[in-house]
Amino acid sequence: MPTRLTALAAALMLAGSVHAADPIKVGFVSTLSGPGAGLGVDIRDGFNLAMKQLNGKLGGLPAEVLIADDQQSPDIAKQATDKFLKKDKVDFMTGVVFSNIMLAVGPAVFQNQTFYISANAGPSQYAGEQCNPFFFNVAWQNDNLHEAVGKYVQDKGFKNVVIVTPNYPGGKDAVSGFKRYYKGQVADEIYTKLGQLDYAAELAQIRATKPDALFFFLPGGMGINFVKQFVAAGLSRDTQLFAPGFSADEDVIKAVGAPMMGMFNSSHWAQDMDNAENKRFVAEFEKEYKRLPSLYASQGYDAALMMDAAVRDVKGKVSDKKALQKALEAKRFKSVRGDFKFNHNHYPVQNYYLRVIAKDAQGRVTNKTMGSIFTNHADAYASQCKMK
Amino acid sequence: MTQLFLEQALNGLQFGLMLFLLAAGLTLVFGIMDCINLAHGSLYMVGAYFVAAAAQAADSFWIGLGAGVAGAAVLGLLLELTLFRQLYRRDHLSQVLATFALILIANETVRLIWGPAPLMLNPPEALSGPVEIAGFFYPAYRLVIIAFGLAVAGLLYLLVAKSRVGMWVRAGASNREMTEALGINVRGLFTAVFVFGAALCALAGGLLGPLLAVQVGMGESVLILAFVVIIIGGIGSIRGALVGALIVGTVDTLGRALLPTLLRALLPADAAATLGPALASILIYLLMAAILFFKPQGLFPARA
Repeated sequence: MPTRLTALAAALMLAGSVHAADPIKVGFVSTLSGPGAGLGVDIRDGFNLAMKQLNGKLGGLPAEVLIADDQQSPDIAKQATDKFLKKDKVDFMTGVVFSNIMLAVGPAVFQNQTFYISANAGPSQYAGEQCNPFFFNVAWQNDNLHEAVGKYVQDKGFKNVVIVTPNYPGGKDAVSGFKRYYKGQVADEIYTKLGQLDYAAELAQIRATKPDALFFFLPGGMGINFVKQFVAAGLSRDTQLFAPGFSADEDVIKAVGAPMMGMFNSSHWAQDMDNAENKRFVAEFEKEYKRLPSLYASQGYDAALMMDAAVRDVKGKVSDKKALQKALEAKRFKSVRGDFKFNHNHYPVQNYYLRVIAKDAQGRVTNKTMGSIFTNHADAYASQCKMK
Repeated sequence: MTQLFLEQALNGLQFGLMLFLLAAGLTLVFGIMDCINLAHGSLYMVGAYFVAAAAQAADSFWIGLGAGVAGAAVLGLLLELTLFRQLYRRDHLSQVLATFALILIANETVRLIWGPAPLMLNPPEALSGPVEIAGFFYPAYRLVIIAFGLAVAGLLYLLVAKSRVGMWVRAGASNREMTEALGINVRGLFTAVFVFGAALCALAGGLLGPLLAVQVGMGESVLILAFVVIIIGGIGSIRGALVGALIVGTVDTLGRALLPTLLRALLPADAAATLGPALASILIYLLMAAILFFKPQGLFPARA
C-alpha cells in the first residue's frame, strides 16, 4: 500500500519524535452483536465514516482503529478494554453504548491515564461526583433528552400525563429527568417489566386514565412493541405521544414505519439540520451504508472528529496528557449538531431540539426538526463535579 | 370498572393464546421426542423474519405469512434431517449445548442477512385500528390473534386426540420400540412433528410480528415464557400447553393490571410503587413454583 507508506514516511520526517513513529491508536469497544447491536453498529459506522473522510488519519497522523465487540456484557467489555490498554497501548478509547458497561470499564481506563471519548453512554456518576479528567462525553448526559421532553410538555400546557418506563435504574432516571421540568399533574407512573413483550394491560389502564399526553422511555425492542400496540389500540387519537430521541430514531422508525408519524421526540441532533458539516455527513453516510444515519451514528462521527482536532492541536504529542486534555476541552472541531462547548465536567453544554416523525420531501418516514427546546443546556450534576 | 376488567380478561386470553402458539410446538418436540430444543425461540425469530421479508416483497401480509410459514417448515425439515436426528438419543446436556449453539448461529446469521436494525412488519391496513365491542375499543388485530389461537388449538386437538397420525405420535412418545415393532415409521413421524412444530413457530412469529419487534434476539425473550407454560401444563401435553398458556397469560395480565392498584389501597404509596411492579413481574414464576410444589409433573402430565 504505497499511500500508507508515504504517509508514514511523511509523518516520520515531520514530527521527528518517537511518538510519531507509532500510529495514533484508538480502542473501540462497543455492542456489535445481539439485540443491542443496532446502536453499536451505528456508532461504529459513523466513526468509520469520519476516519474514511480523514483518509485514515487523526490530526494528520496515521491512525489505527482497533474494534472489539462487548456482546453487551460488562465482563467482556472489561477484558477487551484491558487488552487495548495494556497490550496495544491505545491513545483513546471509545464506543461503549450502555451506561452500566461504561461504569464497568471506566476505572481501568482512567487509572491508565487514557482518554475516554464516550459517543453515547453519559452516566450521571461521571457527570457529578466521580467526574474525571480522562472522561469526555461528546453526546449528552443520560437525563438530558428526558429533560427536554419534560420542558416541552410543560411549556405546551399539557396537564395530565402518564409515564411508562421499565422498572430499572435507567427508567427511574428517565422519570426524574422528565419531572425535573414537567411540573404538572402525573396521572399515573407505570413501571413495566424489563424486556416486556405485551403491553395490553398497561394500554387498557391508559385508556381508562384518559391522559392528554404520554411520555415513555422503553429502550430497544420494548419501545417498538409499545408503539406498535399503542397505535393498534387506537390511543394515538386522544393522547399525544412523547419520547426521548432514543425511542424515535431511524432504528425504531425502520421497524414501525408510518404508524409512528406525528410522534414528538427530543434530540441534540437531527438528520435535517441545516449546516454544511451535517449535510455532508448525512449524504455520505447514506451513500456509504444505504440508510439514513441515526443520532448514534452522528455521535460516533463527532467522536472521531473530536480526536482528530485534539491530536492536531497537540501536534501529535499525545503523550503530553495535560496538553491533550486542554485540546480536547477546547473542542476545535465542527460538530454535525452545530456549535456546542464542554462544561467543566467534560459533558456538552448544547441545544436540544423538538423533532416530529413525518414524511420528508422524498416520501420517507423520518424525523423533522421543529425548533429548539433548550439553548445551551447543561446537565444537573455538573455542580457536584469538583474538577476545574 | 367491569368494562376495564372485561377488557383485561380479554387481554389475558389473547396473551395466553399467543403463548400457546409457541408452547404447542415446544411441548411436542420436548415431550414426544424427549429433546430439549432451546433453538425453538430461534425458529420463531427466523419465522418472523421470513414472514416480514416475504410480506415486504409481496406487499401483502397474508401472502407473507403463508410464504414465511412454508419457508420455516423447510428450514425445520433441513434441521431435523441434519442435526436433530443425531440428538434424540443423546443426553439432555448434549441437546442443550447443541441447540444453544444454534441460537447463537441463528442470531448472527439473521444479523448478517438482514442487518442489526429491526424489520418492519405491520398488520394489514383493515386490521390496524381498534374495533368497538360492547362499549369498549379493542385492537382488531388482537382479535385475529385470538381467532388463530383458538383455531390452532382446535386443529391440534383433532389431530392429536382424534386422528390416526395423532395416535401414532402418542404411541411413539410413550414407547418408541414397541411402536416401531408394530410397523410404524417413528423416524418419519418425528420428522413430521418437528416440521409441524417449526411451522407453528413461524406462524406465531409472523402473527406476533405486527405487535412485537421483529429483531435479533426476539426468540430468547419468549422462550422462557414458553418453557414456563409447558412446565406448568405438563411436558408433552397439548391440553396442558393450552391450559398453562391461558393461566400464564391471564395471571400475568391481571397481575400487571390489578396488583399495583390493589397494593396502593393496602400499603403506603411509596412501598406500593416499589413492590407493585416487582411483584407483578415475578407473579408467573411464583405461580409456577406453587404448581410444581403440588403437582411436580405439571397439570396434565403426558406420561402419567
